[in-house]
Amino acid sequence: MIRLDGVSVRKGDTLILDTISVDLAERRIGIIGPNGSGKSTFARLLNGLEWPTRGSVRVDGAPTDRVSALGKVGFVFQNPDNQIVMPMVDEDLAFGLRKSGLSRSEIGERVEAHLERFGLTHLNERRTHELSGGEKQLIALIGVLVMEPAIIVLDEPTTLLDLRNRRILVALLDQLDQTLIIVSHDLELMASMDRLIWIDEGRIRGDGDAGDIVRAYREAIAAEPC
Amino acid sequence: MLTSDYVPGDSIVHRARPLIKVGLLFLVCTWLFVQEGWPSSTIAGLILAALFAIARIPPTIIVAAIRPALWVLGLIFVAQLFLADWRFAGFVVLRFAVMILAASILTLTTRTSDLVDAIERALSRVLPARSAEAISLALSLCLRFIPRVRGIFEEVKNAQRARGLGTSWRALVTPTIVRALKSADEISRAITARSPETPAGRHVR
Repeated sequence: MIRLDGVSVRKGDTLILDTISVDLAERRIGIIGPNGSGKSTFARLLNGLEWPTRGSVRVDGAPTDRVSALGKVGFVFQNPDNQIVMPMVDEDLAFGLRKSGLSRSEIGERVEAHLERFGLTHLNERRTHELSGGEKQLIALIGVLVMEPAIIVLDEPTTLLDLRNRRILVALLDQLDQTLIIVSHDLELMASMDRLIWIDEGRIRGDGDAGDIVRAYREAIAAEPC
Repeated sequence: MLTSDYVPGDSIVHRARPLIKVGLLFLVCTWLFVQEGWPSSTIAGLILAALFAIARIPPTIIVAAIRPALWVLGLIFVAQLFLADWRFAGFVVLRFAVMILAASILTLTTRTSDLVDAIERALSRVLPARSAEAISLALSLCLRFIPRVRGIFEEVKNAQRARGLGTSWRALVTPTIVRALKSADEISRAITARSPETPAGRHVR
């Protein structure tokens, strides 16, 4: 479980998040909110990519400045081009495991097993810069999955995908056993979550049943002047 | 040239140890400068041709490897025509082409991860482990992101052309650098996120 306790994040004079206290324990948690509301900062707090100005973030009781906490939370970025760091697919999937203590053959086996599980073995020896946008997003996700984290945070995973690739990614997410925390504007995906948190102007404006929150969010946006 | 275009294979060239290939590359380049003249460059060129054939690298990939350098080679040829004569200009261009192709056969037949591991192992004998790791990671990132920076440059060029700014270098270079730096920032975050045990930039106890 991830616990945020009185978390505020300030950058310069701007308060990005304002005294957020929340426990994240459900299997599928969605985060919605307008652009600039603090969603991505919230997500990045969860594996220590951002650091709270005030308050604390703990993963299973350990603060996110400890390796024991960081290893439990994987992070998938919005743009896979910035997440894929090696020239070949198999090399990239093995990247996070370099210092894991596993032998080369064990790393290779784990990478292959993950590609096989999702029917992507044909991508194994492809050059990463030649993959399609959808393939890149899948490889970025599998690069996190090979680390076998208990929790995966995804920052707008469907934003850059067409309908077909979105469907493939959502189907893949459905197969995962891990706890998923997904930041997205994709209201159809968000409505399928076990719990939905609505962040607005750095504060939690709604938290609860996904269907109810999506409805309230739609109504609030529709009521705003254009 | 020197992009990440590894061509999978099982030839003796592919299987040779990466450090031996790096060492041979260094020796060949040094030899070409010490033994100036057509014979050394021609012999090195013929040996390279044989190695490309053994490694079964398709000619189209060999041409693609040297194509980005053709305009530089052309400039060198023209400059040498004025400074010396056509024979010397031809020799200088041949020598550079052979060196570029020698470097290309290294990257075309060696996985980046193997190359980086080998360089890291070699460096760790003379440098602290963290420094060796940082240098080898920087090298692999260079190879990975050459196509990415080229892509950003193309996108910016097309966008500027559409706005009628096709010949403005400032309009081309500034956004390219800004976007590349922004990407670099996000990439460093991604590397941090993917390396929980080496938390560079994170305050880990």
